Amino acid sequence: MAKVTNVLLAGVGGQGILLASEVLSEVLMLAGFDVKKNEIHGMSQRGGSVTSHVRFGEKVYSPIIPEGQADILFGFELLETYRYLPLLKAGGKVIVNRLRIMPPAVATGLERYPEALEEHIASQVKDTRVVDGQNLAAAAGNPRTVNTVLLGALSNILDIDETLWSQALEKMVPKKFLSENIKAFELGRQSD
Amino acid sequence: MSKQILSGNEAIARGAYEAGVTMAVAYPGTPSTEILENTRNYSSIDSSWAPNEKVSLEVGIGACLGGARSLVTMKHVGLNVAADPLFTLSYTGVRAGLVLAVADDPELHSSQNEQDSRHYARAAKMPMFEPADSQEALDFTRLAFEVSEQFDTPIFLRTTTRIAHSKSIVEPGEPLTDLPESSLKSDPAKFVMLPGNARKRHIVVEEQVTKMSQWSCNQPFNRIEERSSEVGVITGGVSYQYARETLPDASVLKLGLVYPLPHQLIRDFAKRFKTLYVIEELEPFIEDQVRAMEIEVIGKDCLPICGELTPGRIATAITGEAIVPAYETNIDLPNRPPNMCPGCPHRGVFYTLKKLKAFVTGDIGCYTLGFMPPLSAMDSCICMGASVGNASGLNKVLSGSDKQKVVGVIGDSTFLHTGINGLMDMAYNGSTATLIILDNHITAMTGRQENPASGFTLDGEESERVDLELLCRSVGIKHVRKVNPWDLEQTRNAIKEEMEREAPSVVITQAPCILIKRDVGQRKTPLEIVPEKCTGCKACLQIGCPAIEWQPDAGERGKAIVSELLCVGCGICDQLCKFDAFKLVSNEVRNG
Repeated sequence: MAKVTNVLLAGVGGQGILLASEVLSEVLMLAGFDVKKNEIHGMSQRGGSVTSHVRFGEKVYSPIIPEGQADILFGFELLETYRYLPLLKAGGKVIVNRLRIMPPAVATGLERYPEALEEHIASQVKDTRVVDGQNLAAAAGNPRTVNTVLLGALSNILDIDETLWSQALEKMVPKKFLSENIKAFELGRQSD
Repeated sequence: MSKQILSGNEAIARGAYEAGVTMAVAYPGTPSTEILENTRNYSSIDSSWAPNEKVSLEVGIGACLGGARSLVTMKHVGLNVAADPLFTLSYTGVRAGLVLAVADDPELHSSQNEQDSRHYARAAKMPMFEPADSQEALDFTRLAFEVSEQFDTPIFLRTTTRIAHSKSIVEPGEPLTDLPESSLKSDPAKFVMLPGNARKRHIVVEEQVTKMSQWSCNQPFNRIEERSSEVGVITGGVSYQYARETLPDASVLKLGLVYPLPHQLIRDFAKRFKTLYVIEELEPFIEDQVRAMEIEVIGKDCLPICGELTPGRIATAITGEAIVPAYETNIDLPNRPPNMCPGCPHRGVFYTLKKLKAFVTGDIGCYTLGFMPPLSAMDSCICMGASVGNASGLNKVLSGSDKQKVVGVIGDSTFLHTGINGLMDMAYNGSTATLIILDNHITAMTGRQENPASGFTLDGEESERVDLELLCRSVGIKHVRKVNPWDLEQTRNAIKEEMEREAPSVVITQAPCILIKRDVGQRKTPLEIVPEKCTGCKACLQIGCPAIEWQPDAGERGKAIVSELLCVGCGICDQLCKFDAFKLVSNEVRNG
């Protein structure tokens, strides 16, 4: 069967993961691939753990990534990235945002946020790239562009023509936020 | 038209538009909600939210009586509510195409049960299509309207969460144009289902089902994919995609119509294979019927009935070998369950109920999250509207000090859906329970849809608004009070008094959902904590607000801080702090 590439996005509800996976899917469709994407709405949006599956290739069947077959784990938050590590394929890659968001049990003092997650991830996955998403988004002029910064970082490991990324951003980002998002994408792309 | 990447729900809306649908009706329910949120984008379709699924189907039948094509959508549990008209609608048949899109939720991502709606197709004798991706969702929607008119029957279009919410590439078509205008036409033998007429219609329905089973053996939506001559698979819906991943070399009979089954096609396919699988999610619906044809298959003897299928679960079931992950997480990880939003008007109510040691019969909505710690103030949750009847019955069987501890909790939309009937029971049959209506002016859990108590239609137009207080009084509840749930003292006093009162009573907590765009005025400047004043007593942590974060290493025994990004200044925490550590910076609206 023709090769299918699997990108698993993971993070916390409210971080803009769904928009990031929309942009990614649009880019992949523009690049001529068959694309499927899936995520769960509803309960999970209210600050819960969120994943989005994006799969592309010549022909894609399942809308969800088969267990243990993610080529890229694309994490928006450290704990959520670490949580989904078992879904990554041997030799897979991790891109992770340097951000800790406290889960309820931590915020209420019942549990502690795990220490040194960056090191835990990098020690297992050789190709781990940590992105300083919050600072780069601030530098782009709007802290809410973190997801676009991260897409910029992701673009370095996907072999897709750069103009398609800007085409997709132009189509999907409201005009008044476009220039800061283009800048955020560039900063993410240069972060490597 | 050029290719688009659409979700199953968007594709169904597009299919309805292309099929010339002029009326689309629903009550919101995950994962079906976005169908109507997309039909509204087509001006040729009148899209509306009905108070519940039964009404939505009856409105759809109304359009059908007038000769207009109509689409009715709901989630699986909503179909239970609509079951009454459904079973008779299958007898009457249609005047113009009527399609009922029902979305099941295997794995219970956002539901209270895992029922398999395919059983309704068989029970109500109503044909059911099941798409396997967004292109089929569009094509089958169009097709379903044609077949509905061809066989004079309403048609089901069944999806599951992974079809409804997955996006894949779709090539849209052109809309139909020359459909007949709607009009009045009386046809009592067909639409007045008194016994004399209904007996005759039942015979017609049985004949049509048999005819359709034969017809569907030669239709492209039931297709055979020739590959291996050893292994065959019968499947449909999203399970088809998983089967293709897991058994790429197997021949496949892919069913687009899952009721009635194409019996002859199945026989001809089955006899060619030594090994034959039926791969389907949830119930052995296809499998049982295939077995009844005396065909041996492998199905639920190894595949799970509970939960959704995945490529890995199918592979494990068939080979008996578990998937070994390449990477592991070897430290304990805190869970991240969903939570009420910062500033949610429900938070203080559940805090109060916990403090008053109420026994809470709950309901379906965001407020079901009142079950989660640290609020932990919910003792039952069954279905839409159940809180009221549950409270009524429970109160009546109790005596002594327990009797007045019973409190039902329900949202405005759920109350109008099926809660009001329970309240009639409470008043009429002598229950002395208390009902709290959490009126946040929206159907929040499914993504903020309008309802008859919000005062706006699906299109955002202002409309008649149900007066909840008058409604409660009109069914015989004499004690109805309104409180502001962001005022803890007022809320506590009202709930306490009404709980103690030996008469049925209603407390309406009135405050808009913090996420409603037209009410952004309620979002205020974030609070701050003065570190010197915070003693680390943790009183503010008891409400489980995501905007308050505990810093275990600050001060001698830890301190709380407020996240400026998340806090909307509702001030519940400030009312709990005995040390005046929270500082209201200003009342200015900032987060809107």
